[in-house]
Amino acid sequence: MLEVQIKKRYDGFTLDVTFASSADIVVLMGPSGSGKTQTLRAVAGAVRPDSGSIVLDGAPLFEARSRLDLPPQARRVGYVPQHYALFPHLDVAANVAYGLKEARSSETQDRIRSMILTVGLTGMERRRPHELSGGQQQRVALARALILNPRILLLDEPFAALDAPIRDALRGELIDLQRRLGFRALLVTHDPDDIRLGGQCFHFEHGRVVAPDRSVRQRSPFIHP
Amino acid sequence: MPILAIFARVFRGEALLESLSRPIVIEALRLSAITTTTTLLLAIAIGTPLAYLLSRRRFPGKAIVDSFVELPMVLPPAVAGIGLLMAFGRRGIIGEPLAALGITIGFTTAAVVLAEFFVAAPFYVRSARSAFDAVDQELEIVSRTLGVSDWATFWRVTVPVAFPTLLGGAVMCWARALGEFGATIMFAGSFPGRTQTMPLAIYAALESDLDAALVLSAILTVVSFGVLVLLRLSVARLEARHA
Repeated sequence: MLEVQIKKRYDGFTLDVTFASSADIVVLMGPSGSGKTQTLRAVAGAVRPDSGSIVLDGAPLFEARSRLDLPPQARRVGYVPQHYALFPHLDVAANVAYGLKEARSSETQDRIRSMILTVGLTGMERRRPHELSGGQQQRVALARALILNPRILLLDEPFAALDAPIRDALRGELIDLQRRLGFRALLVTHDPDDIRLGGQCFHFEHGRVVAPDRSVRQRSPFIHP
Repeated sequence: MPILAIFARVFRGEALLESLSRPIVIEALRLSAITTTTTLLLAIAIGTPLAYLLSRRRFPGKAIVDSFVELPMVLPPAVAGIGLLMAFGRRGIIGEPLAALGITIGFTTAAVVLAEFFVAAPFYVRSARSAFDAVDQELEIVSRTLGVSDWATFWRVTVPVAFPTLLGGAVMCWARALGEFGATIMFAGSFPGRTQTMPLAIYAALESDLDAALVLSAILTVVSFGVLVLLRLSVARLEARHA
């Protein structure tokens, strides 16, 4: 269960968001500037709300009242920003291994190999991010986050930077990964097609949730044939 | 043309090799190497955290701090020299209490380093600041969400990504320190072996020993040129790796 109830004032804009969901995939949908990315960043710990709370499975990540504000390191969330933010000076394997301790042990090496295999990037371990396509970069970012078994994966416009033809393919891949690894995801998008990912969707406008969606959608069969 | 003129004279004179071994030349080389290296290390040690702070934090009066940091870059060297004397000279604001403790800075090698640091460090701070500005902060946030501490994030992400520009700033700082003349001669004087760096030695030798002045000038020119070429090449290579 993810419960978000936060307020934050910016110049000429107030974020005032309340939603709660226990769906596997929670979609925050809305036009750009509607506050959905700031909400995602607040869950990641990159933005500090003025008031309210963010609670994940009963454990608060942020609670203004008790002045609790876990640093990003302690939140165990996997954050995948819009342009993936791959470390440009590290190759694919080092990006995936970045958050692991004892990255040299053979057990860890196996984990890295298997994660790279899971996201279909075997053979590309030594490539640098700029040598990869957009879709491949996204898979590296997913692998880098998922290898640490985060409690929730935070995805900011995961498909916006990609060409239309591969968007659907990657949506399918994400669903597939989600089913195999069983993680939860909070996903921000302005693309109505992303509703096809299923889960629960909240519509954002001017810093607020305007249409709390109580229904948990079935995934569109179109995505995974 | 002035550069060609130096080399035309240097190559014509037979005294070239002989003047290379003169004490004034050797002492100046040694002193410049020591003081510029010390200056650079100090600039990196103090300038890096300062630049990071200026890049990442917002605080009242930041624009003023910014301007103060960059002021020595545009200040006439003579003004810098007077300023250093008034601060660290024997009668200076800081110099006087230090003198009471038996510590004098003026006209010592330490004064040379201080003068070089004052005029050259801003070149490093400015580069480092724009280097940190250019690092996508999402990289740092992602690193933190992956459980890596802020300190380790700085070393594992921020510095490597900013490195080409940091390197460029370090080289500019070092080159500026190497050429420092005005503030040094006022604040540290021109004592061979103690405060007479290469530019000061050139000035001192001009009347008595033109060969030595020419050789030193040629060395400074070659070193400066070499540094610029090396910098271009390595920055281009590093940037190609990151692109």
